[in-house]
Amino acid sequence: MTAVDERPAEIGNRRLRKEDQRLITGRTKWTDNITLPGMVHLAMVRSPFAHATITSIDTEEAKSAANVVAVYTAADFPDGIGACANAWPITPDQVTPDHLPLVGERVACAGEIVAVVVARSAAAARDAAELVDVEYDELPAVFDALEAMKDEILAHPDKGTNKSAFWKLDSAEAGTGGDVEEALAAARNDGVVIERNYRQQRLIPAFMEPRSTVVDPTGEQITMWSATQIPHILRFLIAATTGIPESKVRVIAPDVGGGFGGKLQTTPEEFITLAVARRLGKPAKYTETRSESLVSAHHGRDQYQKLTLSATKDGVVTGLKVELIANLGAYVAIIGGGVPVLGAWMFNSIYKFPAYQFNCQTVLTNTTWVDAYRGAGRPEATFGIERIMDDLAAELGMDPLELRERNWITHEEFPFTSVAGMTYDSGNYEAATARAKVLFGYDALRAEQKQRRESGDPVQLGIGVSTFTEMCGLAPSRVLGSLSYGAGGWESAAIRMLPTGKVEVITGTSPHGQGHETAWSQIVADRLGVPFEDVEVLHGDTQIAYKGLDTYGSRSLVVGGEAVVRAADKVIEKAKAFAAHLLEANPDDLEFKAGRYEVKGTEAGIGITEVALATFASHNYPEGIEPGIDADATFDPDDFSFPHGTHLCAVEVDTETGQSRIRTYACVDDIGHIINPLIVEGQVHGGLVQGIAQALWEEAVFDENGTLVTGSFVDYTLPTAADTISFLTENTTSPSTTNTLGTKGVGEAGTIASTPAVVNAILDAVRHLGVQDVVMPCTPERVWKAIQGASAAAETTAEAQPHFDADAGNADTGSTGEGNDQ
Amino acid sequence: MIPAAFDYVAPTTVADALAALAEGGDEAKVLAGGQSLLPILRMRLNAPETVIDLGKIEELRGISEDGDTLVIGAMTTYADLLASDLVTEHAALLRAAIAEVADPQIRHRGTIGGALVHADPAGDVGAPVLALDADLVITGPGGERTVAASDFFEDLFTTAVGEDELLTSIRIPKHTGWGAAYEKFVRVAHQWSIVAVAATVKVADGQIAEAKIGLTNMGSTPLRAASVEAALAGGSTDAAAVAAASASAADGTNPPSDLNGDADYRKHLATVLTRRAVLAAVGS
Repeated sequence: MTAVDERPAEIGNRRLRKEDQRLITGRTKWTDNITLPGMVHLAMVRSPFAHATITSIDTEEAKSAANVVAVYTAADFPDGIGACANAWPITPDQVTPDHLPLVGERVACAGEIVAVVVARSAAAARDAAELVDVEYDELPAVFDALEAMKDEILAHPDKGTNKSAFWKLDSAEAGTGGDVEEALAAARNDGVVIERNYRQQRLIPAFMEPRSTVVDPTGEQITMWSATQIPHILRFLIAATTGIPESKVRVIAPDVGGGFGGKLQTTPEEFITLAVARRLGKPAKYTETRSESLVSAHHGRDQYQKLTLSATKDGVVTGLKVELIANLGAYVAIIGGGVPVLGAWMFNSIYKFPAYQFNCQTVLTNTTWVDAYRGAGRPEATFGIERIMDDLAAELGMDPLELRERNWITHEEFPFTSVAGMTYDSGNYEAATARAKVLFGYDALRAEQKQRRESGDPVQLGIGVSTFTEMCGLAPSRVLGSLSYGAGGWESAAIRMLPTGKVEVITGTSPHGQGHETAWSQIVADRLGVPFEDVEVLHGDTQIAYKGLDTYGSRSLVVGGEAVVRAADKVIEKAKAFAAHLLEANPDDLEFKAGRYEVKGTEAGIGITEVALATFASHNYPEGIEPGIDADATFDPDDFSFPHGTHLCAVEVDTETGQSRIRTYACVDDIGHIINPLIVEGQVHGGLVQGIAQALWEEAVFDENGTLVTGSFVDYTLPTAADTISFLTENTTSPSTTNTLGTKGVGEAGTIASTPAVVNAILDAVRHLGVQDVVMPCTPERVWKAIQGASAAAETTAEAQPHFDADAGNADTGSTGEGNDQ
Repeated sequence: MIPAAFDYVAPTTVADALAALAEGGDEAKVLAGGQSLLPILRMRLNAPETVIDLGKIEELRGISEDGDTLVIGAMTTYADLLASDLVTEHAALLRAAIAEVADPQIRHRGTIGGALVHADPAGDVGAPVLALDADLVITGPGGERTVAASDFFEDLFTTAVGEDELLTSIRIPKHTGWGAAYEKFVRVAHQWSIVAVAATVKVADGQIAEAKIGLTNMGSTPLRAASVEAALAGGSTDAAAVAAASASAADGTNPPSDLNGDADYRKHLATVLTRRAVLAAVGS
């Protein structure tokens, strides 16, 4: 029933994004831009200690400071103010410490909130926050996951252990494959077994817009604006944990400036702002500083990975065993326990491994809690498997692409049920790889690498491979339910046909920079045959988009986009009855194309927007039918979508300094049909940079006291455009079979694939110098020291150089430094 | 990121600024571009009672010649220096270093004097000013005094400028015709230098007649690599000779150990970067 139009199809059109003008100029409604009459401002008092008992909190001085309205601690809310929920207990006996927004007795990580100052201005609140006097008794604290595994120092002494949950998938037990121990034993006898320990460092999502919340408690419903990815889930959890009836809560995610998973949390700050606004009966606002954001918004990754891989001597992999230890931080965040478990279906990746076992132990520590960060579980898995495949290729002296080809699923074999039990619907790894090799100039770069190696060039060249697939488009509600995931995976859409010919599309997804307004408009313009400009996409307000499951896990287009399609088809079907009536024709004789119903074989016809106007007046409509053509739809796919791709990275390593510089990066991603190529390129480019940043630049570092050393962008080294290169990106097309658009998710692909490509390239450049591993981020120092033969696991010195000294400038001249000592 | 409240004054003359400084005493801070002071205030690392903004003092801006000397007002921005033909011609090393400072936004706000008095050893201005044998003119209640760059930097964030004084101008002897290069080593482009080397070289008759080398972030102050300078002087410009001379670049230095690298790594980097900077300066 797709409309065919004389105008060029909108789907596939490189449209500039309609939301960009307001987002890029900032002239829009960000949460922090909202000002309400009588609004009060909040400042949080946070624990500087990682683990401590609160012995006293003196708020008197702060209360008497200028323009302060109130100062609250947990003691002021004896019935609590809600809770940060864990919505995905991965086992029934998971150890899950209570996560209260405002802590009264014991802090379990630095940055926890112990008091909130409410004032008439943000500045007054900030000033008074410094006057709150909190006494702490420090407790022993544990930060590293391996240390925590020993259970010698407990992150939560009352729990008796740091071990939160253990989760296992075994292909022999599940009946999806053979016994991995048998495979390993056989290969030890007559084959190759390699065992590797890899580290996924801790990262900070570092979205552009800091988190902000405004709550208006006046009126019948409480309204909360929040810089969140999940307005619908937030509304549900507010109701579920505070007892406020859900019907009395309206949550609005206005324009939101990025998230990368970092805003799929219900936060202490949201609950506190809500509690303060309700207590005072006044609108209240809280906006975090960047320093607060880096320490108290959730972190990502942080895993120790042990992989054991068996293969025949000619490179056929016979088994893979994965053992993970994942650092959850101080609390089990909303899906924090489940993120590493997503790796269970992804370590086997694109390969036909006959035997597989996945083990994951999650542990609690006294660090910032950890949850989804762009890719969430799949980058970790892709890194592990793609690293060890390159290591196996090196061990066997094989070309890494040939090794992969020997093990991957061929395109004739789809649909293919993997050893982890996932059914991949479509893909063509051969096609993507062949194209990527051409784009990259694989053979020429290999030749240059050989030449540089032979001439002993101080700048060595390495080529890294990353072939990946991922499961995204979260999605099938029944599957999520079988994993004890708290939410469903369906998505909702509605279409309103306005009498003036305009179309409102309401989506339950909640964009925060992805470009849904443009893409959804393209889909609807094609489907209904209306101009792109006449489509308005509404989202993020639970009173307008009353039903939805929000945006994360590359789900919006493949689930939410398909819901839009189905709503549009319902509109077309409903309008047909009116069109037939108005045309005095039999509905069966009508054909819908290019936005018009035409009586087959005649010139007679009527546009769908004319039908919309006719139903507005409803002076003349068929008997027995309600006068309206608006429609909504809920879509729940049968399965995930499985994008894949081949990423090739060439890195120049300056062996004199250890500096790695990306020379060429080519990737061919297969994400099925593409709605807007420009948006796809943007997603891939951004994803690549974020994944490359994990390989080269970013790491959240705590010192021995649990203080975040990388607590500002001086030390948490985010890349900028100046640090990147132009990427070569293309696509192959194996349409998804789980939605009618044939689309697959692309929001996370670049991040998932790029990290191992970069690290593999660095290792390929210096492996002949005796380097086996470099821990991420592959800093120049680590690479150089690895070349010098030092341990690749060298810990970062957990100390930052001071650049903003309190006494700098016009300092007194009393002290004498070392001066010029040469 | 809201600073504590402070009084703000913006004098239009050096005399008025000195008066404000005298009045404010040790509770006053000077704002000279604000690229370090504003973060300090916003992160509440310091809460001065008075901020004295030098931004409206015209006499502190500009680049001029005084015989064989280039005179740069302390409030001249990086961007102004980069646009200056005088700097390009007579102090190529300063230009090379300033081109590497942060990003265009910061280069349009930050000033040479502000950076020098802030005296962050990782800053990019100290090493070239030291290498170019600049004199720094300091004005106080008792009038002007001139301090050689080699005596100006005293320690981490500490200079010869007294509490009641202002740095007013930088006098750089013209290094016309000298080759220059600044090798800045960073992980991401907007970072402070992990290590950087400022080298300016006078080549005559195919030989290095004279070389001046400043080191960034190899100690608590900018340093001169005097032993490398001595080894290069009168020597060949070929790679082997320069490498041999550069090997002592880190001798006697005491660089920091932090997230971006330990002291031993920085010492190694100093030798590599010195070689590269000198070779780039001689044009090989």
